Amino acid sequence: MPIRPPRSRRAFLALGAAWSAALVACRSKSAAPAAVEPRALGAAVSPYGSRSKFEKTARFFNQNTKVPLEEASSRTPLHDTYGIITPSSLHFERHHSGVPDLDPSLHTLTIHGLVDRPLEFTVDEIKSLPSTSRIHFLECSGNSGGEWRGGSTESDVQRIHGLTSCSEWTGVAVATLLRECGVHTDATWVLAEGADAGKHDRSIPMAKIMGDAMVVYGQNGEPLRPEQGYPLRLLLPGWEGNANVKWLRRLKVMKQPAMSREETSKYTDLMPDGTARQFTFDLEAKSIITRPSGGDTLVAGAAYELTGIAWSGRGTIVSVEVTTDAGTTWTKAHLQTPVLPIAHTRFRFPWTWDGKDTLIASRCTDDTGYTQPPLATLIAVRGMNSQYHNNGIQAWKIASDGKITNGNRA
Amino acid sequence: MATAPRRFGFAAVLLGTLSVAQGFSPASVLAQSPSLGIGHPPKAEQLKQIDIDVTPDGKGLPPGNGTAAKGKDVYTRRCETCHGPTGKEGPQDILAGGKGSLATDKPQKTVGSYWPYATTLWDYINRAMPFDHPSTLTPDEVYSAAAYVLFLNGIVGEQDTLDQTTLPKVQMPNRNGFVADPRPDIPLRKK
Repeated sequence: MPIRPPRSRRAFLALGAAWSAALVACRSKSAAPAAVEPRALGAAVSPYGSRSKFEKTARFFNQNTKVPLEEASSRTPLHDTYGIITPSSLHFERHHSGVPDLDPSLHTLTIHGLVDRPLEFTVDEIKSLPSTSRIHFLECSGNSGGEWRGGSTESDVQRIHGLTSCSEWTGVAVATLLRECGVHTDATWVLAEGADAGKHDRSIPMAKIMGDAMVVYGQNGEPLRPEQGYPLRLLLPGWEGNANVKWLRRLKVMKQPAMSREETSKYTDLMPDGTARQFTFDLEAKSIITRPSGGDTLVAGAAYELTGIAWSGRGTIVSVEVTTDAGTTWTKAHLQTPVLPIAHTRFRFPWTWDGKDTLIASRCTDDTGYTQPPLATLIAVRGMNSQYHNNGIQAWKIASDGKITNGNRA
Repeated sequence: MATAPRRFGFAAVLLGTLSVAQGFSPASVLAQSPSLGIGHPPKAEQLKQIDIDVTPDGKGLPPGNGTAAKGKDVYTRRCETCHGPTGKEGPQDILAGGKGSLATDKPQKTVGSYWPYATTLWDYINRAMPFDHPSTLTPDEVYSAAAYVLFLNGIVGEQDTLDQTTLPKVQMPNRNGFVADPRPDIPLRKK
């Protein structure tokens, strides 16, 4: 059953309309504000915080599917999250064999293979090293994948694009640990393997491992959530989610990729000629308007702020442009600071809807000069069966009655 | 809270000396002397337990063997519920068929039509299958289950024995079907 927040999900639109005369009408219909000063004593302090009982925003996952829920994904409510940091509790999930329940005092990371000194590190030992914290998005390469073959006009931003989230990650450079082991000069790949039931594994090129790859134990200021790899995960900034191996137990230094199931039969991108692209790690520049978006209803003549997120696995977002006239004109949106490399970037664009049918969309450009293309441009190159890595422009269709639907095929 | 002591300076000197004494190659010692003073050599038995990957050259395959004829029984007991009587019925991943479908509008990515290496099949069955009881099959059962899935795809015969030597030699139909990532595959905007 779809988990849809109650009417509060739309409350923003009522508030957005506050700038116009619509506000007066709205307020006059709503319940009278509390008439008395608070007199009841509030709750006492507590050891670990929780959100207000009035807030119901949740991850979405399809429960009516043949896919076991241990192998499923849940999606971040992008419509109802603010700024650039995703709360850890709402970070998207994609597991391949469930979330293991690992005791950090028993879990270790072993580095072996083509090294002088195979070493096993405890979690406390890794935590004892000087740490670094970085804000990076993580996106599943299957995010937005349903759009390749048409998608659903009734779908919303959470269901289409909710497999991206952004956190502050804390850990150590993988290079620091590898150097401790003495990597052989002829080594070119590193196999990363998790301690989940299926021992999820991916081969990673040495250049990335010795570059910005991290072993992380912290997420948004506290230990990783179990769903995000507690107590240790690999973080490969800008690379497809599944390569950022969770519950990391082993790094094996090798001369060739292992050709694991996840890098051959899965996570390879099928082209129209029947060949498949392999080791397609990069997540290319992408942006989406998150509010208003599919499922919302606009009021004619009311003022709105179009807002959304943009990100690139290759670097920093330098501009986001918005169209409100179905692509005829594009205007730069305001980028909210901080604008960080390989991180969600929040954009804002004030706009008054004139009550006419239209399409709205955003497109971003990163500092490599890459501009997010229309989905049709990607389909022209890759066909409709590549399944992964859809970073095409997302259009939202606004009908004359104000209802917003998925406009990608409009 | 337990926090390991920091001892980088001392450890660098101590372990650097040890490395040379133990005869590690001079180049890598110079470039990558241990300096953190953390970690310990893994126990051989424990390393053997987690060092489970099998690569296309066959490295990592354990002793043992199997045939499709023996694998039918393993498949029926441990695989069929999810993958169907002939590997084509599901409800989970379709394992057989799909030959010639990759360049069509309805591609079927099965072991026979898509997987480039038979070693990957062995590795994956061994590491992750059956889905709800992974790593419970014996090496002989994994060889046999892999042989049966390959037999369902017409890639090996019913009596062909798969073992450390023969499995890596199995020629998968889509062995040369993969290409490197050419992205960005659209023109960049002028800076």
